[in-house]
Amino acid sequence: MGHFLLRRLFDAVPTVLLVLTLVFAAMRILPGDPALAALGDNALPEQLAAFREQFGLNQPLWRQYLDFLGGVLTFDLGRSLLHSRPVLEMLAHALPFTIELTIVATFIGVTIGVPLGVLAATRRNRLPDSGVRLFSLVGYAVPDFYLGALLLITFSLNLGLFPISGGGEGFWDRMYHVLLPAITLAFLKAAFIGKLTRTSLLEVFGKDYVRTARAKGAREGRVIYRHALRNALLPLTTGLGISLLATLSGSVAVELVFNRPGIGTLLIGAISERDYAVIQGGIIVFALLVVFVNLLIDLLYIAVDPRLRVQA
Amino acid sequence: MSAVTERLDLLAPEPSRLAIVRMVILNRPSTIAAVCLILVFVAIATAAPLIAPYDPLAQSYIKINQSPSWEHWLGTDQFGRDVLSRMIYGSRNSLIIGVLAPLVAAIIGTTLGVVAGFFGGIIDRVISRLVDLLISFPELLLAIIIAAALGGGFWNIVIVLAAAFVPNFARVARAQTMAVRAEPYVEAAVASGVTQLRIIMRHIIPNIAAPIVVLMTLWTASAIRLEASLSFLGLGTQAPQPSWGNIIRDGLNNLFGSPWPVIGAGLAITSVVLAFNLLGDTIRDVLDPETSP
Repeated sequence: MGHFLLRRLFDAVPTVLLVLTLVFAAMRILPGDPALAALGDNALPEQLAAFREQFGLNQPLWRQYLDFLGGVLTFDLGRSLLHSRPVLEMLAHALPFTIELTIVATFIGVTIGVPLGVLAATRRNRLPDSGVRLFSLVGYAVPDFYLGALLLITFSLNLGLFPISGGGEGFWDRMYHVLLPAITLAFLKAAFIGKLTRTSLLEVFGKDYVRTARAKGAREGRVIYRHALRNALLPLTTGLGISLLATLSGSVAVELVFNRPGIGTLLIGAISERDYAVIQGGIIVFALLVVFVNLLIDLLYIAVDPRLRVQA
Repeated sequence: MSAVTERLDLLAPEPSRLAIVRMVILNRPSTIAAVCLILVFVAIATAAPLIAPYDPLAQSYIKINQSPSWEHWLGTDQFGRDVLSRMIYGSRNSLIIGVLAPLVAAIIGTTLGVVAGFFGGIIDRVISRLVDLLISFPELLLAIIIAAALGGGFWNIVIVLAAAFVPNFARVARAQTMAVRAEPYVEAAVASGVTQLRIIMRHIIPNIAAPIVVLMTLWTASAIRLEASLSFLGLGTQAPQPSWGNIIRDGLNNLFGSPWPVIGAGLAITSVVLAFNLLGDTIRDVLDPETSP
């Protein structure tokens, strides 16, 4: 296990390097001059020159690239031009709100999705099954920011049950603030996990060991949760990874709807303000989160399926 | 591909593939409803100047934040613009981008995939490594990252979404190409000295076309949803041009005014995406026997 972990971490190094290279390339193909974009058309030539000097834009490209990599490695992501704060500090403040949202949304989504899938699979082609199928169809189609806006209008604005914006302070207040955005993201997740649980379970139900479990007189609940669901965990783990990443990207729009001070809000705000260093920092954080989630899912595979441990 | 033909042979004496598609579609009421809904939206988008009651960009300060009425079915927004007219014009953006982005992605992705699958070696390794990496990113996140660099506007949205979809097309095209490349008729063509370009155009492309087309229909719904998301984030269709996404954005900035822009535009996105999802599922079920129930 430890050996495997080390090797996977080692494998992630070129991936991270490639990701950083792509971010660097993307930031350098920005149409127009970043100095001009940041300072506006009325900027004086001296101001532009000072800006280029400060951000190293007058260096040769390979030098900029090495400086960029060095900066990331030493956790120096530069300073925000508009807020005159270190980018790292801004990211460190915003990141917990995004992670909190992702974790709570995943928890709610899985807690609702898996039982729904079990319900649909055990009552195949009957009313609960059709209900779950309808739910997943709608869940796939409704945009998360729209659902978030509807929840915000209904529960925060009209009923006054939830806060309209912000991230909250202290554990309970933060949970109170995160609940509605998390439910928004959990809706799609529950639809996805529910459908996936149903399909994986139906596949397993045809297997010999399920028939044997039934034949030896195991109670239905035990057959489902001990035998069938345990073996359906592998495809579910893949699904969990996909849905974690979807939640992460969905969090950008949902944070904006609920005005949460997370990475998504920070990134989108920086894009509209053309705050170069913050855009770059936000993109790096998201890219690294994706790499991290993929790594996490790989480790979950090993935890879920003992057969993979031997190969690892 | 042989699995598909096998399956088709079993079905009937000799119905064409199109006939089967028609048969399956007609057997599913939900698919008929989906097709009808799509046709309605296409009609609305095409005839937008004829049916929109007002100019979608016309502002009027004496008519801001009105609730729905006979004059303005969905009310007006904070600039006094007619919301229904904006939604009608917004459908053009959604549908055109919904078709265009997967099409561009299919062309680029197929080219990359075919080149990787056909030539193999170092080209294949470079392309595959890049595709593997990009595919591990959710499309929306990829789109946000590229849009952050490129900025908004119609053609930029098409490029952004196409770029986000390219890895999926490249992966399928590569796998299909490798399968077709091993077929005896390709070996025969190689042996008889046919040029590589001709083999690709005459033998590879026609034989991998079906799954690529399926993929295009599947990504249409995503393209519409992503265009709405990007426009909502301010990275897509730019104000004052209407798009369903930025109608919701404007509506959310004006929550104390009227909730109708948000509700109306959101319903439009949801129903179109739902319809394209249903249609895409049906087409996939017909053409891909492994996923059919």
